[in-house]
Amino acid sequence: MNLKLKIWRQKNPDTRGKFVNYQLNAISPDSSFLEMLDVLNEQLVSQNEEPVVYDHDCREGICGTCGMYINGRPHGPDSLITVCQLHMRKFKDGDTIVIEPWRARAFPVIRDLMVDRTAFDILIQEGGYISVNTGSSPDANSIPIKKEHADLSMDAAACIGCGACVAACKNASAMLFVGAKISHLALLPQGKIEAGDRVSKMVAKMDALGFGNCTNTGACEAECPKGINLTNIARLNREYYKATF
Amino acid sequence: MVKIQSRIPEGPLAEKWSSFKSNQNLVNPANKRKLDVIVVGTGLAGASAAASLAEMGFKVKAFCYQDSPRRAHSIAAQGGINAAKNYQNDGDSIYRLFFDTIKGGDYRSREANVYRLAEVSNQIIDQCVAQGVPFAREYGGSLDNRSFGGALVSRTFYARGQTGQQLLLGAYQALSRQIKKGNVEMYSRMEMFNLVLIDGRARGIIARDVITGELQRYSAHSVVIASGGYGNVFFLSTMAMGANASAAWQCYKKGALFGNPCFVQIHPTCIPVHGEYQSKLTLMSESLRNDGRIWVPKKKEDAEKLQSGELRGVDIPEEDRDYYLERRYPAFGNLVPRDVASRAAKERCDAGYGVNSTGLAVFLDFKDAIERLGKEVIEAKYGNLFQMYEKITDDNPYEVPMMIYPAIHYSMGGIWVDYELETTIPGLFATGESNFSDHGANRLGASALMQGLADGYFVLPYTIQNFLAGEINTPRFKTDTVEFDAAEKEVRDQLEKLMSIKGKQTVDTIHKKLGHIMWEFVGMARNKEGLTKAIGEIRKLRDEFWSDLKIPGEMNDLNPELQKATRLADFIELGELMAIDALHREESCGGHFREEYQTGEGEALRNDKAFTYVAAWEYQGDGKEPVLHKEPLNFEYIEIKQRNYK
Repeated sequence: MNLKLKIWRQKNPDTRGKFVNYQLNAISPDSSFLEMLDVLNEQLVSQNEEPVVYDHDCREGICGTCGMYINGRPHGPDSLITVCQLHMRKFKDGDTIVIEPWRARAFPVIRDLMVDRTAFDILIQEGGYISVNTGSSPDANSIPIKKEHADLSMDAAACIGCGACVAACKNASAMLFVGAKISHLALLPQGKIEAGDRVSKMVAKMDALGFGNCTNTGACEAECPKGINLTNIARLNREYYKATF
Repeated sequence: MVKIQSRIPEGPLAEKWSSFKSNQNLVNPANKRKLDVIVVGTGLAGASAAASLAEMGFKVKAFCYQDSPRRAHSIAAQGGINAAKNYQNDGDSIYRLFFDTIKGGDYRSREANVYRLAEVSNQIIDQCVAQGVPFAREYGGSLDNRSFGGALVSRTFYARGQTGQQLLLGAYQALSRQIKKGNVEMYSRMEMFNLVLIDGRARGIIARDVITGELQRYSAHSVVIASGGYGNVFFLSTMAMGANASAAWQCYKKGALFGNPCFVQIHPTCIPVHGEYQSKLTLMSESLRNDGRIWVPKKKEDAEKLQSGELRGVDIPEEDRDYYLERRYPAFGNLVPRDVASRAAKERCDAGYGVNSTGLAVFLDFKDAIERLGKEVIEAKYGNLFQMYEKITDDNPYEVPMMIYPAIHYSMGGIWVDYELETTIPGLFATGESNFSDHGANRLGASALMQGLADGYFVLPYTIQNFLAGEINTPRFKTDTVEFDAAEKEVRDQLEKLMSIKGKQTVDTIHKKLGHIMWEFVGMARNKEGLTKAIGEIRKLRDEFWSDLKIPGEMNDLNPELQKATRLADFIELGELMAIDALHREESCGGHFREEYQTGEGEALRNDKAFTYVAAWEYQGDGKEPVLHKEPLNFEYIEIKQRNYK
């Protein structure tokens, strides 16, 4: 397939970025989207130009490193996938594809399509864990956990921290990301002990880091590659009220 | 010349670890905060070690090349983690897990290490549950298990098909807690480029900031390498794109020995290669072999029609299917160890029975399992894997059989370490996949997660104190010393040399050439002639790399091509060492299959008399032959036998 690419190029956080057009020919529909970008970069390097910088690593949809808007949608025109799992068969020959980095105040652009998501790490450091030291744990089967709760906890824990929820949200809110961690831990007996403290601290930090508020549009859920749903935001709110009053 | 000592404690096997812990040196709490430890890598082994050491009171500096410690490639492990809990009441025990691991590794690992691994496996599960890892559960609320290759019991704990992710998030969260407390300084997007020795001991690293290109110096009383495996030598592998051997390789070049480099694992169930721009291979979890049946057609004409697209898998009637693993290995069937399953697939494809257009694929079929258990049960067990498969191939595995082929997956070889996980450089330790230790010549499924966490949570935090106890009077190290100057200069010279080549070929072009050589001659089947040829070709490729490489951009800047080039420079050298090791080991064992050494039935034929040892290679300088050290393996508790999965 032959494609026109319109890609955001930006040298660093302090300089203005712009879209640059590229023509790319003879791409196999069976190749992945990132393999298509590899082909472009090989061409650019051969012409002594600097390649398009983008984050990527596992290329199997689990590390959460890749992420960009493709034709306006986080992770592109398919559901329940990351960019690395997107394949070119989802496009048509002759298409123009617009590629941009995540746009959110809490995720500044580093270069081109690469952004800084350290804010997510800071949120987890604020309380997204259970305070247990190595070696002090009882037998794993000593506390039975209802299968239903374990399953719901796992649904929430599947978050890969890619940032698509923030990118999809018009307010750049991190409620789905934080809600997923709150849910994952609050649904388990081990996580209940610190639940109140955890939710209070994480919510306060979320505001301090420059993430916006939630207005329940559901864009985050629609674009989450792991299908994490709005129930987790509801649970976050419930845990927050429980901790506050 | 280095002298290697494995430092295995005296006494009966089952008491070695507890006797070591009872007699080892410890550091008191007031002294712990005066001691610094550098941990390179934040996967299961690195994050768990960094968190545990910080909880104990040591000051830790942790490094990862990714933008966040949560993204290390341990996250991609799918199937599960083994432990000898015997929750299923099926006869499991520490001894049985130990035995299976030694046997699975084809009798090329250390008894004492493997026993310790089996012993601490149960604590890992306890620890992870306490951290909030949402393992799969039964309706009664207790933990569920499944079975994996090479075992007759169900001892694998799992969190859907995302066990690695959940275990890593547990370790990452423990690490995050210590970062917040100020006990760990976390350096993300920072890559180790050199090891700094002071008076022969590991005292620091030179790291390059990926974003600015700046070289930085970090000192500590001890350095822990937890940088994972080297599968990307082959270009195409199941590894993450950034996974590299450079941290380990710099240690080798500074005097740490490299153990069994030729032992790499080829995973039998990966999605086959589709075209020349393919950048990586995707694994389909071994757990699928619990319910999936592997087959190719019985008749060659059917295979040819599958290859040309005239027939599809579902068109072949039951009586014309050859379930070759069940046929050849009735006792273990589809659950034979990975090396055996991979070679059997290659054997069928080489004989012309491959089922896709390239002839390099076999079927993994869930038809019977869906009929027996229903689609819902299969979906609950493997839903995310099926979805992943469909997204990549555009085929629905609920309706048509999956197509799979072996791919490079895991490195059993790695930095040589003694029982205490210390390398031949005092103060330098290696954990997880980056060391060579516990899996012998072949790793069993669900044992990588077990080893990474065993090393990081329960072994290294103890053994490292045996070294650090001698350092309590050593003040913190300054980084403006001649040793740091020299180490930084080595890195700067290397980077300048790379930037000044200004040739014509891109990094990936040369990396693909290396991958072809490695897969062809140092892959699933090896022989003397091929390995000799490979060594010559790798040397030629190395010259090509240093004379014709093209890197755009600046050295002191974010430069992904330069980053890839530094990794490739090390992969080329490591590739040569792998071929040298494979050539010297004149036997077949585990993942190392030498065509000259096989039984009449095509099974791996070991030579226990001559090769029951760990090959530990010592660097002698650029362009010089490495020196081989042999660590004999003594089997006191297990009788060495020909592996038999029939």
